[in-house]
Amino acid sequence: MYAYDELDRTLINERVSEFRDQVKRRLSGELTEDEFKMLRLQNGVYLQLHAYMFRVAIPYGTLSSKQLRRLAHVARRYDRGYGHFTTRQNIQYNWIKLAELPDALADLAEVGIHAMQTSGNNTRNVTSDQWAGVAPGEVEDPRIWSELLRQYTTLHPEFSFLPRKFKFAITASEHDRAAIKVHDIGLRLYKNAEGETGFEVLVGGGLGRTPFIGKTIKSFVPGRDLLSYVEAILRVYNQYGRRDNIYKARIKILVHELGIEKFAGEVEDEWLRMRDSALTLDEAVVEEIRSRFTYPVYEQLPHMPDELRKAAHDPLFEAWRSNSVAPHKVPGYAIVTLSLKPVGGPPGDATAGQMDAIADLADKYSFGEIRVGHEQNLALPHVARRDLPALWRALDKIGVATPNVNLVSDIIACPGLDYCSLANARSIPIAQELTRRFANHDTANLIGKLHVNISGCINACGHHHVGHIGILGVEKNGEEFYQITIGGRADEHAVVGALIGPAVPYGQVADVVEDIVEAYLALRERPDELFIDAVKRLGVEPFRERVYATR
Amino acid sequence: MPLVRFGKIAGDAFVRVTDDDPLPDSGAILVSAARFLADPETLSRRVGGAGVIWPNNRDVDDLVPYLDRLAVVALVFPTFRDGRAYSQARLLRERHGFRGELRATGQVLRDQFVFMLRAGFDAYEVKKESDAEAFTNTVKRYSVFYQPTGDGRLTALHRRMRLRHSESASQ
Repeated sequence: MYAYDELDRTLINERVSEFRDQVKRRLSGELTEDEFKMLRLQNGVYLQLHAYMFRVAIPYGTLSSKQLRRLAHVARRYDRGYGHFTTRQNIQYNWIKLAELPDALADLAEVGIHAMQTSGNNTRNVTSDQWAGVAPGEVEDPRIWSELLRQYTTLHPEFSFLPRKFKFAITASEHDRAAIKVHDIGLRLYKNAEGETGFEVLVGGGLGRTPFIGKTIKSFVPGRDLLSYVEAILRVYNQYGRRDNIYKARIKILVHELGIEKFAGEVEDEWLRMRDSALTLDEAVVEEIRSRFTYPVYEQLPHMPDELRKAAHDPLFEAWRSNSVAPHKVPGYAIVTLSLKPVGGPPGDATAGQMDAIADLADKYSFGEIRVGHEQNLALPHVARRDLPALWRALDKIGVATPNVNLVSDIIACPGLDYCSLANARSIPIAQELTRRFANHDTANLIGKLHVNISGCINACGHHHVGHIGILGVEKNGEEFYQITIGGRADEHAVVGALIGPAVPYGQVADVVEDIVEAYLALRERPDELFIDAVKRLGVEPFRERVYATR
Repeated sequence: MPLVRFGKIAGDAFVRVTDDDPLPDSGAILVSAARFLADPETLSRRVGGAGVIWPNNRDVDDLVPYLDRLAVVALVFPTFRDGRAYSQARLLRERHGFRGELRATGQVLRDQFVFMLRAGFDAYEVKKESDAEAFTNTVKRYSVFYQPTGDGRLTALHRRMRLRHSESASQ
C-alpha cells in the first residue's frame, strides 16, 4: 500500500474545497452549464440518462480495507447501495445528487481517495497490473512508477486541457494484465542488458470508434527519464493533436496521421531539449516513493497445507480454486480473484454489503489489501494457501465466488443504455442472458478460457474490439442491433477482433454466441486449444459459416 | 473586460490596433502576429512598447528573435477547453527566457488561474468581473504542487526530499 503523507492529503482536501466552490457557483447560477460541464468532468461527474454519475479513481487498482469500506459508505449514504467497478480501475456510482457530491468527496478524501481527472480531456487514472507486487517473475512493483505518474499527472498546469482524454497503463510482467497496448501511453517495465530499469514506451493505442494497437515509440527509456519523456509526448500532443473533430482528437489519430517515425522524431526533438530538467527522477526521489509502499510480513508457510489437501475432495471448492486462485511470488501464499460476475447479475457491480464484507475478509486473510482489475473483478493479493477453504466459504456466502474467472461468463460490459446517455443499445441484459446460457460450470469449463466483451456503443467502454468475442451495440432504425467480432485480445499479443458478419437483433445475440462457441468446440484441434488460438489458426470464415448458415 | 496584472485589477496601457487601422503616433500597442511579422524590426523597437497577440496554432519559435524587445506577448484561449497556449507559455518562459508580460486572453475564467500562473502567465484579460475580483483568493486555493514548472514553486517530491535531509541532519 502507498501511504499518503501530509502533502498528498493537503492537495486532495484543496481539490475538494475547490470543487465545493464550483458546485456552489453552479447551483447559484454564477456558472453556466457549459462552463461547469468541464469542471465537473475533471472531477469525474457525468450527467447520465437518469442522474449524475460519479466516477472515483482507484489508482493502479490498489485499495485498503479502510478505503473499500468508505466506498461502501458512499454507495449507502449517497447512492442506492451499490457501485460499479469499471475496466479502468475506477468505481462508478449512478444515482448521486449534485448538491451532495462535495460531501461524498470529502468523505472519500479522509481515506486518501479522490475523483480527480476520472473524466474530461486530461490525463486519466493511471492503471496497472492488479497483481502488481505479488505476481511471480515481476521485474519490480510497477506501482512505484504508477504513483510517480499519478502525482505527475494530477492537476498538471500544462496538460489539463488536452485535445482529448489520455490514459496511461503500466505493467512489469511478461504477461500483460494491464492492457497497455490499448492505452494512449503504455509502459512496459523491464531491465535492459546492462541491468538498468527502464521502460518500453508504447503510444497511440486505444479503442473507441477507430481502434489502434499501440506502437513502440522508444524501446528503452531509463526510469530516471520517464517523466521528461512523458512530458515530451504530452507537449507534442497538446500542440498538434486535432481539436477540430472530437472523433479524431485522440493521440492515436495524430500518431496514425503523422506516422510513428515522424511522431517519434518530434517527441525526440522535444525531449532532448528538456531531458535534463527538474523532471529527472534521481534514485533518491524514486526511493522516497518506494519507501512509502508497505508490504506484508509474510510467514513461512507450506505450499500444500492440510487444509488445502482436505478441501481438494470437494469438487465445488476445486472448481473455484482452479480458476480463481493464482500463484503468488511468496511460497505458501496465493492471489485470489473475486468474481463480480454472478449468474444473471450485471458485470462489475458490488453492493455496499459485499464491499464491507470483502473489506473484513481482506483484514482477516489478505493483510487488509484489495485489488481491482480491468476485467471488473476484485482480488485479494496475499492469501495464505491454508486459508483458501475458509475464505472460499466466506466469499461464496456473499456471492463473489462464482467459479467463472476467465471463462465465458466472466464478461466485461459497459453500463450501456440502461444508464449511459451515449449508448445506442443495452449491454447489461445481454451479459446477464449470456451468464444464464453458460451457467453450467462443467460446460463453461469444457469451453475454457474465453473473454466476452460488450459495449453499448462505438465508444467501446466494454473493450469489445479486444474481446475474444466482442459484442457492439448499434442502432438501426430505432432498434438495437449488435455487431459481433472474434479473435480480439488485450494482452501482450493484443489485436483487434474481426467482424464475423452482419449485425443481429437484440433477441439473437445469445444464440449467435452459443453458435460461435459450438463451432469452436467442433473445430478445435485439442481440448486445450483455446478459443483465441483456434480463431487465429482458422480465421473468421468457418465461424461465419456456422453462424450465418441458418440466418 | 478587466485586466488583472500582478494580482490586481489594473488599467491596460496597451491599445489593441487591428490590422486595418493605422498605428497611433505614440503609446503602447498590441498587434496581431501577422501585422507584427510584416515589420518586426520597426514594431519591436517602437517607443512606448509593443506587444503581439500570438495565436495558439503558430509555433512560438517564430517569435524568439524578438522576445527581448517585446513588452507583451498575449496568448489566446479561443475557449477555455483549448489548452495549447499553456504549452506556448511554458516554452516562452522556461525555454526562451521571455521576461516581459505574458498575458492570457480569450475565454479566461477563474478556474484556470492556478494553471495559468504556474505556466508562466502574469497578466489576465478576465472574461467576468466577478472572476477578476476573485483572483487573489483563487490563486491561494492550492499550496501543494506535483509538477516542476518555471514558476519556481517547490514540488511535493522536492519538499519531501528537503524534509528528509533536514530530518537526517538533525539526528
